[in-house]
Amino acid sequence: MKRLPLLLLSGLVAVAFAACGGKQPETTPTPTGPNADSLRAAQQARDDSMKAAQEEADRRAQAEAKRRQEIADSLAAMGRGTEAVKTLLATMIHFDYDKALIRGGDAAVLDQKVAILQANSGLRIRVSGHCDERGSDEYNLALGNRRATAAKQYIVSHGIDASRIETASYGEERPLAPGHDEESWAQNRRDEFEILSGGENLKQP
Amino acid sequence: MRRLLFGLAVLSIGPTVRPSDAQDTSAIDRGVRIGIVYRPGVRPGMVVLPTHAPALDSVRTLLSRDLDYSDRFELITLPGGDSIRVTAAAPGARPPAGGAGRGTGGGGAAAATTLNYPLYQALGADFAVAVTPAPGDTAIVTVHDVAAGGVRREVRARLPALKDPGFRLVVHQLADRVLEAALGVGGTAATRVLFVMEGKVYAIDQDGADQQLVSSSDHQAMSPAWAGDGRRFSYMEFWQGHGRLFVQDVASGKRAPVPTTGQALDFTPAFSPDGKTLAFSRATEEGTDLYTVNIKDGCCLQRLTVGRFYDNLSPTYSPDGQRIAFVSTRAGLPQIYVMAADGTDQQLFAPFDYGATGSSNAPEWSPDGQTVAFHRDVGGTLQVFVLDVRTRAVRQLTSVGRNEDPTWAPDSRHMAFVSDRSGYRQLWIIDVETGRIRPLLQKSGARLPAWSPRLPETASSTP
Repeated sequence: MKRLPLLLLSGLVAVAFAACGGKQPETTPTPTGPNADSLRAAQQARDDSMKAAQEEADRRAQAEAKRRQEIADSLAAMGRGTEAVKTLLATMIHFDYDKALIRGGDAAVLDQKVAILQANSGLRIRVSGHCDERGSDEYNLALGNRRATAAKQYIVSHGIDASRIETASYGEERPLAPGHDEESWAQNRRDEFEILSGGENLKQP
Repeated sequence: MRRLLFGLAVLSIGPTVRPSDAQDTSAIDRGVRIGIVYRPGVRPGMVVLPTHAPALDSVRTLLSRDLDYSDRFELITLPGGDSIRVTAAAPGARPPAGGAGRGTGGGGAAAATTLNYPLYQALGADFAVAVTPAPGDTAIVTVHDVAAGGVRREVRARLPALKDPGFRLVVHQLADRVLEAALGVGGTAATRVLFVMEGKVYAIDQDGADQQLVSSSDHQAMSPAWAGDGRRFSYMEFWQGHGRLFVQDVASGKRAPVPTTGQALDFTPAFSPDGKTLAFSRATEEGTDLYTVNIKDGCCLQRLTVGRFYDNLSPTYSPDGQRIAFVSTRAGLPQIYVMAADGTDQQLFAPFDYGATGSSNAPEWSPDGQTVAFHRDVGGTLQVFVLDVRTRAVRQLTSVGRNEDPTWAPDSRHMAFVSDRSGYRQLWIIDVETGRIRPLLQKSGARLPAWSPRLPETASSTP
């Protein structure tokens, strides 16, 4: 039962193929003479030059669009660059308990800030030192001040003008992590870096 | 025993304030005794007699608590408590217990009546205090010397309305006058404690009542400190990475920035005893150092310390104004040092073992000049210590939990401090003599307390 429609269909396809094949020889073009050839060549040249002009116009339009796209892309990239530089600049550094010494690993973080400050001469920043909750509340203001000053001194010693960096201390008054364990304390013993001015368009170092 | 009490002679005069208001408004009366060293007989017994004018119930309650919190008396509760109603007897009635020899009072004051002195003596009382009303919203407080069998003193005060903010201060001042009459010493009842909570400065009565916000801006505040006259206080606020100092008037609530401060991180203000000079710490890129400024004339910034490679901070004046104790990190860890008030003659104050003793901070010179309280790191936590100024001996005062930022009461005997002994950081008061301790404020996060001097009568602020 299933085979019957399949056989029928293949029969129909065979008939259709035979009909098409029968018409083909009548439409074959015949060869032309020399006059006809020159006319045809002139026509061809006209067509070619128009086509070339059209192609040229298209190319120009494409180039213009591409250039516009590139400008837009580079503007976006510049924006992305400013954000990336800002993120880099805001990277915090951390300290050991009751210490204000820059850790070895954090020197690289500060080197990045030096490079950013070098690449952006209009940039001014504030470094604020923070402490964990373990020490004395008021002593921690002095300790946070030492931490901020330590970062500033590092940056200044690498060639940045001291007037471009302010320092502040918040002691233990503005903790980042709310916990009462070493994990939170370690996060809270930090220097924060914020832009005071000149941070609108930042260049990558 | 109870029958004897019916022999008491009392006066009954109509109430001068509404009875419905006659209740204590304080929420805190949960003093507990921890580690008390009480030798029977050392502290005189004190009984505060029931008052028969309902309007004076709150006066009596406040008075009793103030006398209790003075830690100078053993307060005696009458058998049957305060609920006993004592019938009036004829003035001058003789106590039934004869043969005591000195049963009659020698006072003869209008409001005072002869007490049954032998009875109160039998109860262990050395003093008895009666509160009686007088015309013109006046309360008369009679201090009976039970042992001598007579009236020691009678003090009167015009009472503001119960809801008047000045009411509590007047009663506290009455309590201090009772203490003065009985023992000849100054009390601490009429005092308030400033403290910091969530970046704001508050004031609270020493008995834990009447908490009030006193700092007036949204800037984060720290380190309140009283002027010696009790009419002004100073504190620090963060202003755009800097610390600015203010002096605020208690009565008006008005404040003014301290000249020359606010361009750096200025903190830990301390008034000189004459109130003319403010010493403070200033943190710059050179480190933290001590300065003074003349706040009377608003001039003359003076630098007291130069510690380029170490910090100097947290000044506190001796009560004679001649010296300043402070914290310095010149030996590495912060320790307690002392110098002349002009910055000369700097030397170590609280001895320590180099490499063994922990950080020491937050010194406060006692009002009697004899000791300096501070806190020191002991095994990773903080404990309150006192330094004997004369012998330079250091004594540890606390051991339970973390205890820090001590501040002296004007009697140089009580001290408020921050402790987490109850599970969270809150304000406590300790009597250094007996070791008795009580919470001042049961709120987490209260810190940096500053105990006022005895407050002048006009110092109460009106909202």
